[in-house]
Amino acid sequence: MQTSPLTSTVLFHLGPVTITRPVVTTWVLIIVLTAACWLVTRRLKALPDGRQAVLEIVVTGIAAQIEDVIRKDSRPFLPLLGTLFIFLVAANLSGLLPGVEAPTSKLETPAALALIVFFSVHYFGIRARGLRGYLASFAKPKLIMLPLNILSELTRTFSLMLRLFGNIMSGEFIIALIVALAGLFVPIPLMALEILIGIVQAYIFTVLAAVFIGAAADTFEER
Amino acid sequence: MDPKVIAMIGAALAVSIGSIGPALAEGRAVAAAMDAIARQPEAAGTISRTLFVGLAMIETMAIYCLVIALLLLFANPYTG
Repeated sequence: MQTSPLTSTVLFHLGPVTITRPVVTTWVLIIVLTAACWLVTRRLKALPDGRQAVLEIVVTGIAAQIEDVIRKDSRPFLPLLGTLFIFLVAANLSGLLPGVEAPTSKLETPAALALIVFFSVHYFGIRARGLRGYLASFAKPKLIMLPLNILSELTRTFSLMLRLFGNIMSGEFIIALIVALAGLFVPIPLMALEILIGIVQAYIFTVLAAVFIGAAADTFEER
Repeated sequence: MDPKVIAMIGAALAVSIGSIGPALAEGRAVAAAMDAIARQPEAAGTISRTLFVGLAMIETMAIYCLVIALLLLFANPYTG
């Protein structure tokens, strides 16, 4: 039986700050992703070679998905949402490497990502509508809806965090249980399922973030 | 009864009863989406994207039950 999935292993202390294992995994992921992106985008050509073509497919694919969801130009949102998707795919799948736990299977990393989405929703909302217009949108359609609208902002951030955490953590937990019970080849189908779940959860997190941001930045009511 | 045993029974009940509702709901959602795709195959892209997001929303209810079960098992203030 493994230890509680709600706590994470402390590796070392940096002054008063405790550095846990998911944080170190996240640092490694950030370095690897940044280095890979830097290597591929160092010499961009008008006629792409193999690696650049793969990257272009990824970027234009994400941009097309965002445009489908929010139905306007995806350029202002692409840096945030694209990074979110690529990082989440890498983070969810990193749990399949031997000896590595996915950072998203602990509570802190999904909480941090959900907080980023929470604040960027307000940032894009204020940028698209102005402060007054954005605050007034909370009192739509009637003033009596104000508490409910504020509550829904908080609960949907909370559910964004719990959804990612619950899915990835339960997958890792089940694989750990099966390994303890049945050993060698039995966990492989479950790990294949975990690849699917990891990519689908990354997609869902990104699409929901796009939906929230698109709803906040939607200036349709004023038009 | 020992509080630990009660916590275990509570966790098992939370997951088993709590996953009935989302299971029925996901079945209905997928059935409706299949029906829609069969009637209108050209809208399959939009329907399946909306289906995925909706399934994630429904599934969150089961995830809440799972988190409650984990809290009962691993972070229960009464069992120490």
